[in-house]
Amino acid sequence: MKKILLGTAALAMSASMALAQGSVVRLGTEGAYPPYNFINDAGEVDGFERELGDELCARAELTCEWVTNEWDSIIPNLVSGNYDVIIAGMSITDERDEVIDFTSAYTQPDPSAYLAMDGAEVDFEGGVIAAQAGTIQASHIASSGATLLEFATPDETIAAVRGGEADAVLADKAFLEPIAADSADLALVGEDVLLGGGIGMGVRESDTELKEKFSAAIDEMKADGSLNALIEKWLPASATF
Amino acid sequence: MYRAARATDASIGTTAIFSFCTDPGTLGDAAWMACYLTTGKHMALYWSVGTVLLLLAITAPVSLAFGFGGAAAARSSVAPLRWFGKTYIALVRGVPDIAYFLFFVIALDQAFEYVRHKVKCPDWDQPIRQGNDFVVCAAAKLPLGNAPQWMHETYGFFLAVLTFALVFGAFAANVLYGAMRAVPRAQMETAEAYGLTRRQCFWRILVPQMWVFALPGLSNLWMVLVKATPLLFLLGVEDIVYWARELGGAKTPRFTDYPHGDWRMWYFLALLVFYLFLTWVSERVLARVMARLTHGQATVAGEAARKAA
Repeated sequence: MKKILLGTAALAMSASMALAQGSVVRLGTEGAYPPYNFINDAGEVDGFERELGDELCARAELTCEWVTNEWDSIIPNLVSGNYDVIIAGMSITDERDEVIDFTSAYTQPDPSAYLAMDGAEVDFEGGVIAAQAGTIQASHIASSGATLLEFATPDETIAAVRGGEADAVLADKAFLEPIAADSADLALVGEDVLLGGGIGMGVRESDTELKEKFSAAIDEMKADGSLNALIEKWLPASATF
Repeated sequence: MYRAARATDASIGTTAIFSFCTDPGTLGDAAWMACYLTTGKHMALYWSVGTVLLLLAITAPVSLAFGFGGAAAARSSVAPLRWFGKTYIALVRGVPDIAYFLFFVIALDQAFEYVRHKVKCPDWDQPIRQGNDFVVCAAAKLPLGNAPQWMHETYGFFLAVLTFALVFGAFAANVLYGAMRAVPRAQMETAEAYGLTRRQCFWRILVPQMWVFALPGLSNLWMVLVKATPLLFLLGVEDIVYWARELGGAKTPRFTDYPHGDWRMWYFLALLVFYLFLTWVSERVLARVMARLTHGQATVAGEAARKAA
């Protein structure tokens, strides 16, 4: 409460103060997709992308700040300028590329996998498959003939399988693998599906300078092996560069 | 050199409150629960309760003011003012809340930035709309790009208050408009016969008597507002429902010291109790206000109160 009152006062003050031109790059993420990004016990953004983003900002000599935003409105808020970068496990696809620009990919095209109740027989072409809305997995299911059950958060897709609403969930393998390993009642089923063109950072199409900076930093990390080290630490199932 | 918004934000919770929380895996049930409920994440949940209550405390009077303005405009004798009032009421009531919330906040934010851009950067030569992008000069950003995170959050909060107030203001305007028409015509005629001006009639006769007719409708609106606060997350403000969903979701031991199954039911149960308590308190307060307002009024309830006294 005090924070907010102080905020009003400072907001009024800053309006009249001449400040240096914006030098903070705001990184927008979802915070609900471990191991890519999640909120840790202390309430901070954590995960593969947290570590990667901090390292990229250090290399590009940028001051960065983390913000969380709901997945559904993550692109509209980027183009309207509420943050400058999307770093949220977002695969590079043609549809998204029409609206925003992507840096170089920082993961290989990542396998997606099906997760179902242990021992369940899943009909991948005719069953009910859950996915998070607005993901490449959701559009894959929609075109495969199976019934698509969409949810706003990744958590809910897993709960839908546990609750019997969906036969299986299709999501990034790196997200599903720890869940399958740590819960006795769930298991990965069927074959992996390769979707998308790898994960990249999303930036506004008009922001070419920022895109170049981050792409250069990503390429540098690919070259010196530090990106591979991060991938091995956080995404053991994924291919390295 | 880089700052983490979250880290500074949740610093209240980064150091465990209890000293025995260093290794939660070895703790007994009660101690584990004590540690679990005081993590930084839970502190953020407790903060968000304050956010919701603050939103209600600010939004309710502001929407009432908007509603009063809207209703007064809608029954004005000046035609353009009347059209404005009626359009406001019809337009906002007609659009679904959720569409309004998704569209309006971004539009409002862009409108503010557009005006600031025109004032602060007159010699800017690039277009503001570049394809899908909305680009204004750095000095026109609201809040400024290099402002600390809490300032962004405060700005988001006030955008939310404004949006809520506009939506609920339109409903309140309709309620008040009806209430103004419900005041017995004889009261106004008597006032006119005494030689009161239009303005005096409005402020001294109409307004004091209309509240009793408005209150049932307004109390409904208040209840709806209380339950509409989860829409906050659409506006980027992390409210209690967001945190309940985030905290309640199943957690695997790899990413947290406090793994647990799907506990959303318990979190939502706590929310249920919270909202029931809030509405229960509201009902009691509104009942008292109603009793006060009917006092001395020319209504059935007012007459009953007079006879009972």
